[in-house]
Amino acid sequence: MKTDIILAGVGGQGILSIAAAIGLAAIENKLFIKQAEVHGMSQRGGDVQSNLRISDKEIASDLIPTSNADIIIAIEPMESLRYLPYLNKNGRIITNNTPYINIPNYPEIEAVIDEIKKNPKNIILDADAIAKDIGSPRSSNMVMLGAASHFINIKFESIENAVRSLFLSKGNDVAELNVKALNAGRKEVS
Amino acid sequence: MKNILLLGDEAIAQGAIDGGLSGCYAYPGTPSTEIMEYIQHSKTAAETNIHRVWAANEKTAFESAIGMSYAGKRCLVCFKHVGLNVAADAFMNSAITGINGGLVVVSADDPSMHSSQNEQDSRVYAKFAMIPILEPCNQQEAYDMAYTAFELSENIGLPVMIRITTRLAHSRSNVATKSPKQQNDLHLPKTAKQFILLPAIARHNYESLLEKQKTMQQLSEKSPFNKYIDGENKSLGIITTGIGYNYLMENYGDKPCEYPVLKISQYPLPRNFVEKIYNECNQILVAEEGYPVVEEMLKGFIHDNSKIRGRLSGDIPRTGELTPTILAKALKFDVDEPCDIPDLVASRPPQLCQGCGHRDVAEMVNNAVSDYGKGRVFSDIGCYTLMALPPFNAIDTCVEMGASITMAKGAADAGLVPAIAIIGDSTFTHSGMTGLLDAVNEKSPITIIISDNYTTGMTGGQDSSGTNKIAEICKGIGVDTEHIRLITPLKKNFEENLTILKDEMKYDGVSVIIAQRECIQTFARRMKAKR
Repeated sequence: MKTDIILAGVGGQGILSIAAAIGLAAIENKLFIKQAEVHGMSQRGGDVQSNLRISDKEIASDLIPTSNADIIIAIEPMESLRYLPYLNKNGRIITNNTPYINIPNYPEIEAVIDEIKKNPKNIILDADAIAKDIGSPRSSNMVMLGAASHFINIKFESIENAVRSLFLSKGNDVAELNVKALNAGRKEVS
Repeated sequence: MKNILLLGDEAIAQGAIDGGLSGCYAYPGTPSTEIMEYIQHSKTAAETNIHRVWAANEKTAFESAIGMSYAGKRCLVCFKHVGLNVAADAFMNSAITGINGGLVVVSADDPSMHSSQNEQDSRVYAKFAMIPILEPCNQQEAYDMAYTAFELSENIGLPVMIRITTRLAHSRSNVATKSPKQQNDLHLPKTAKQFILLPAIARHNYESLLEKQKTMQQLSEKSPFNKYIDGENKSLGIITTGIGYNYLMENYGDKPCEYPVLKISQYPLPRNFVEKIYNECNQILVAEEGYPVVEEMLKGFIHDNSKIRGRLSGDIPRTGELTPTILAKALKFDVDEPCDIPDLVASRPPQLCQGCGHRDVAEMVNNAVSDYGKGRVFSDIGCYTLMALPPFNAIDTCVEMGASITMAKGAADAGLVPAIAIIGDSTFTHSGMTGLLDAVNEKSPITIIISDNYTTGMTGGQDSSGTNKIAEICKGIGVDTEHIRLITPLKKNFEENLTILKDEMKYDGVSVIIAQRECIQTFARRMKAKR
C-alpha cells in the first residue's frame, strides 16, 4: 500500500505542518515515509509544494514521478492546478476554495474552480470559513488535512494524536483548536 | 537505537553528533542551513558543549575547523555549494596540511537552482583537492556517513567531503540512530610542522597526499556504501551516484533492476567495479545529479567512449536535477505523458514580505535614481535580491556575496557616477567589508546602502555577525563619519530618507547609509515568544 501526496500552497500557509502531522502519524504506525520540501527563496509569498510518500514497504525516490500522485492537497485553489502533471489518471484534487491573491494577474476565481472541476475526482471546500466558524481562522491547513484524511491510509486517531503533539509546544489551547479544525474538515467530506 | 524522522540535513547533524563531534562551523545557505540549526537545537550538543555558533563567512568557518582539527577534535564545516568558493583557499590547503582530529566538510549542491545563482558540483572541488567524497543516497546513509566519516578522515589523515543535493537535504525520512561515541581528547598533531605550509614542508605534504590516493582507492573498493548489484541483462549497465540510485529503483518498484547496477556513494571511483561493469555490459548509463563528473571520469579511463551514456551524450538533460521520470526516459520505458498545467495558472514568484524594510529601501532608491537614469544599482545576495522583481525592478546586478560594493566601485572607476550598492547586514560582514576598504582607500564616488534587518533573513533568520556593530565597522574601515548616515526605512520617513540619499549621491566619495529596521519575520517570532 503506497500513497503519494502533493501538498500545495503559498509560502506561509502551513503546508509543512500538514506534512509534519502526516509524517508523525506514519511513524507511529511503523510506515515508511519520504517527504521532500523546498526551503529558502520560495518561502516568501511564492508557490510552495511538498512531495509526501507513505508506504508499508521501503520507498525509493524522494520525488514523486510525473503522473503518479494519488492526491493533491491544496490550501489555495490555483496552486492545486500547478501540480496537475504529477497527478495520476485516477488521482484526486482536494482543495480550499479561498484564493490567495498576491499577484496582479491572478485569474478569475470562477475559471480556476471550473478548471479544478474538470478533474473527475475533486473536493472543493471553504476551509477558511470552516476554520473561522470554529474560532481558529489560522487553521485552514488542518481543515484541509481533515478533509483529506479519508484518503490517507492511516488511522484517523493517529493523525489526531500527531496534530495534537505537533502543536502542543504552542500550548494546550492551540493544540486543541487545531484538532478541532482537523475534525471539522473531516466532517465536511464523507 | 532510535527510529526518528529527519531531513537529510538533520540526519547529517545527528550522525555527526553521535560520531563524536566537538564543533560545527557554518554560514547559512540553502540547502545546508538546517545542519547547524539542528545542532543548535540539540540537547546533547548543549550538554556536551559542542561548538555551534554561526561564523561570519564560509572561509572563517573553515579555518576555525582546521584549528579545531589541529587541536585534535572532530569538527564539521557546512555550507552551500557556492560557499565552498568562499572557503576554497582554506579548503584546498587543508588537503595539504592534512588533519589531526577528523574534519568533515558538508557542501550542499543545488541543481535546478531552487535557491542559488548556479549549479556547480562540489565533487569537482573534492577531486581538485584530492580528498575522499561521500555522497549519500538517502537519509539513513547520510546519518551513517556522518557517523563514520570522522574515522575515515582520521584514518587517511585528510578532510572528507560529504556532498548532498537539495532533494536529500530537504527531504525527510526514517533514520535509525546508533550509540553515541565519545569526543576526542585535546591532542596536538603527532607530526611536528604538519600545519606549517612553507614550500619545503608543503612539497613533502603534497607527496604524501599523492601517496594517499592509492589508499583512498582501496577504501572506495571496500566501502560498504559502494555496491555492485548484478543483473541478467548485460545490454546495459547503470552507474548511479548519490540519490540517482533511488530514482533508478523507483522505476522498478518491488522488482529488481534487470541490468547490472553500480551504486557509487564513496569516491574516488571504485576502479574494480567500474571496470567490471564496463567489461560486462554493452552500454553504460550514468545517472548522477549535478555535473557529468563520473561520466567524464569514465571517458578518461575507458577507450571506447561511444558506449557511455549520460548528461554528455544527451540521454539525460545536461542541466537540472535528476528525477525518476528523467531516468525512466533514459531507460526507454513507456512514460505516461503528464497532463499540462492549465494556461490560467499564473506564476507566483517569491516576494518581499508585507511590512519589510527592504520595500522602503527599494522605493527610495528608485525615486533617487530617476534623476540620473537606470542601470546604476548594484545589489547582492539576500532577501533584497527580490527588489529585482516587479513592482520594484530596483536593482541591476546580483552576482555573489559581497559583489555589490566592489562592482559599484569598478563601475564608478569606469565613470558610472553615482553608483549605488545595496547590501544586507549579514552579507556585508560576510564579504562586503574588505571591498569597502578598497573603496575608502580610493575615495570612490559610491553610495552604499546597508539594509540592516539585524538577521540573516533569506535563510530563515539566523544570527547576523555584525548586529549593532555596522556603523562602528564602517567607521573603523575609514568611512568619514559625516557620511555614515543612519535611517529608519519607514513610510513616514520617506521624504527625509530620500533627501539623505540624494545628498549622499552627490558626495564625491564613499557614503554609507545604514537603513535599520528589524526583519518583520524575526519581529513576529519575537512577539509571539513574548506572549
